[in-house]
Amino acid sequence: MDPQLYPWIILFAPLVAAAFILFVLPRHNVAAGAVGIATVALTCFLSWKVFLDPSLAVTAQINWIEVPGVFAVPIGIILDNLSRVMLVVVTTIATLVFIYSAGYMRGDEGIPRYYASLSLFLFSMLGIVLADNFVMMFIFWELVGVSSYLLIGHYFRKDSAADAAKQAFTVNRVGDFGFMLGILMLWLATGSIMFAGIEENLSALTLHPGYLTAACLLVFCGTIGKSAQMPLHVWLPNSMEGPTPVSSLLHAATMVAAGVYMLARIFPILLAAPDVVREVIMWIGAVTCFAAGLMAIQQDDIKRILAYSTISQLGYMVVGIGVGATGDVAMFHLFTHAFFKCLLFLCAGSVIIALHHEQDIWKMGGLLTRMPVTALCMLAGGLALAGVPFFSGSFSKDNIIEWAWLNNRTGFWITAGAVLLTALYTFRLLMVVFLGKPRADHAAHAKESPLVMTLPLVILAIPAVIAGYPWFISHFFDIPYAEAPAIAHKIVLGFLAAGAVLAALLYLRGPAKDPVRIPLFANRLYIDNFYNWLVARVQGGLAVLGSWFDRWIIDGLIVTGSARTVWATGYVLRLLQLGNLQAYAFFFGAGVLLVLYFLVFR
Amino acid sequence: MPTLGDYLLVSGLLFSIGLAGVLLRRNLLVIFMGLELMLNAANLSLVAFARHGVTAFGFPDYNAQVLVFFIITVAAAEVAVGLAIIVALYRLRQTTHVEDLDRLKF
Amino acid sequence: MLTILFWVFSVLMLASAAAVVLFRNPVNSAMSLVLSFLALAALFVTLDAYFIGIIQVLVYAGAVMVLFLFIIMLLDLKAEARRKLNIAALAGGLGVLGGFVVLIVQVIKSLPTGADQFPALARTGYSDAYDVGMTLFGNFNLPFQIIGVLLLVATVGVVLLSRRSLR
Repeated sequence: MDPQLYPWIILFAPLVAAAFILFVLPRHNVAAGAVGIATVALTCFLSWKVFLDPSLAVTAQINWIEVPGVFAVPIGIILDNLSRVMLVVVTTIATLVFIYSAGYMRGDEGIPRYYASLSLFLFSMLGIVLADNFVMMFIFWELVGVSSYLLIGHYFRKDSAADAAKQAFTVNRVGDFGFMLGILMLWLATGSIMFAGIEENLSALTLHPGYLTAACLLVFCGTIGKSAQMPLHVWLPNSMEGPTPVSSLLHAATMVAAGVYMLARIFPILLAAPDVVREVIMWIGAVTCFAAGLMAIQQDDIKRILAYSTISQLGYMVVGIGVGATGDVAMFHLFTHAFFKCLLFLCAGSVIIALHHEQDIWKMGGLLTRMPVTALCMLAGGLALAGVPFFSGSFSKDNIIEWAWLNNRTGFWITAGAVLLTALYTFRLLMVVFLGKPRADHAAHAKESPLVMTLPLVILAIPAVIAGYPWFISHFFDIPYAEAPAIAHKIVLGFLAAGAVLAALLYLRGPAKDPVRIPLFANRLYIDNFYNWLVARVQGGLAVLGSWFDRWIIDGLIVTGSARTVWATGYVLRLLQLGNLQAYAFFFGAGVLLVLYFLVFR
Repeated sequence: MPTLGDYLLVSGLLFSIGLAGVLLRRNLLVIFMGLELMLNAANLSLVAFARHGVTAFGFPDYNAQVLVFFIITVAAAEVAVGLAIIVALYRLRQTTHVEDLDRLKF
Repeated sequence: MLTILFWVFSVLMLASAAAVVLFRNPVNSAMSLVLSFLALAALFVTLDAYFIGIIQVLVYAGAVMVLFLFIIMLLDLKAEARRKLNIAALAGGLGVLGGFVVLIVQVIKSLPTGADQFPALARTGYSDAYDVGMTLFGNFNLPFQIIGVLLLVATVGVVLLSRRSLR
């Protein structure tokens, strides 16, 4: 088979699988799962082949829309280092999640629908990864949003799940609006939607810094929405209503990382823009990072802790875009984060299933002895997340923090402070769930999950440990390491230790409930409440306006008005029907007179 | 010698008198007579123009006179039918007063 | 000579026409109309249209007016009683009328050929029945036939309309 075809197969195989499952296998649970897993394994295999063949470059493009000479939107594939690595990450994690789902979703009523949606998601995500132009990326961006909607709303009979799906899609849409405006601005200025084409024409753009700043920040809006930065972060914790494998694949490892991937893709444009663009990006990332950490330390639902953790780590990646020398600084953290966060979520799923869908950590406890494999894997993931030395997370996260030291001291302090928070909530989670005595019956009778679920955990634990080491990562990225003074690293370690100690003091003894209660953080800084109020206000206002407009102007003025006008005209004209013959003759004569006058004398 | 303009003026005045009869009298038959006056005024104009438009051979323009012939014929037919209608109307309404015929009033 | 004749007959014609409009008794109106038609026939003769003049007397004064009088007698119409004058209608009618007269006079005055004398004829005092007949049956044969059909249709229509019960 011609290697040129591999990327096209990688891209379209999941779509074919999704269609096949939907139309041919809608009621065959096992077969649907088998088709899904087989397809994703195929894409994984081909992705590794593409990755290991650096000379492969795709030259074909599908001309999807073309107005000759004016506008063309091709479906094209770009295979540079960035997309190759991302291909491998996405497909490998997807394969593990697909296999894990076979165990997690057993007994669910919508398994074929689930696998079809997951395959659709994979198609969309690979489209974003392989896109070589903005419009194609935007199309697949939206498709990813659709897949996310379908998957979050998998348990659609639950109101909270349906609402969460709607919220995810709507909030994403807000960000995508800015994204679209940014794309249009760049296209208008450079005449091209291809990434390469825009980069070629950058020199013209740099003459208009204000325009370029606006365009870049608008494009960044897409990341704010998709990667759940403040203020559009509210959908991600609610997306935990979906099944846990979905949370791990979409809302930890891949979909939310698409925002960061996009920024890395357009990094040359960001570099050419005035410095204020990257400063804004850094600030938003830093604020997100810290605030999400604050909210995470007081959550009680195991998945929500991980969700806020994801938001916080995405903040780190965005900071990396803001302060790093190249896009690979952020991509490094994306790489390591994908593995350990996915691992954490899958472990959480394992715990949830073992405890019969219990998600409150204050009903868990003592699971170390009862579920050793899950516990050890989660420990590995947790240590990576906290950034403990020798685990993958520390390499990537510390690199970003040190770049911050070099470029923006305040950003450094914020991100370093977030290390303390990260350690705090991570160790809180681990200690409350696994140590101490079981706090509820289900916890007491928990058993280790079956092999189909624990095998992916073990497989993922390996990169969680080793993915950060230079001898490993150099095969994937060419990371610019920050040359920061040793003091920076020591400060970070200090914060890490402080967080760990604090967590130990509070939670090591296995309390029955949380000794610390900070309502502000537990209620997520009241941002959700604010949005609810705002939407209600705006909705309410628009509804009143719309109702008034509909009733008075459309119904009253236009509909009734036009009817009345016709009636009135008819009434007036009826008065001419006198029945009197001579009156008609008079009108006739007068008319003739007028016509003659105008004909002859004008 | 009377000129063409004189004949046309007379014809115009005759037409106006006929119009006055149609507009101002209330007896259906007199209105009808006014109508006939108008037709005749037109005939007079036509014959005057026929006399005016002499051909190269020295004859009047007989086309106009033929038209007058047709007009007279058609007027006669119209009078016949019109009077038949008036008779039928009189049988129905017992009036020839035009103001009493207002059934088509709104 | 011709001028005097023209004026005499014009005045006669216009006066009788005015009488048609002004008499109350319909029979008087009808008789005035006959007189008007006769004067008009005289005017036709002054215009060297002898055939048309005779036809005017025969058809109009002879047949049409007789028919009118028949109907007046049949319906036994009395003289019109004086009714209340509708000022608005009267004013409107007179207004239109006045406008019409003014218009016609203006148009005729502005006609360039209006002041022309009539050209001389090759032959005068000569009956033109032959010439009119040749034109009628020659150039206008088809319209002539259609007129015949029209008269037939009119006859049938009149017979139909005069039935005692219109069914």
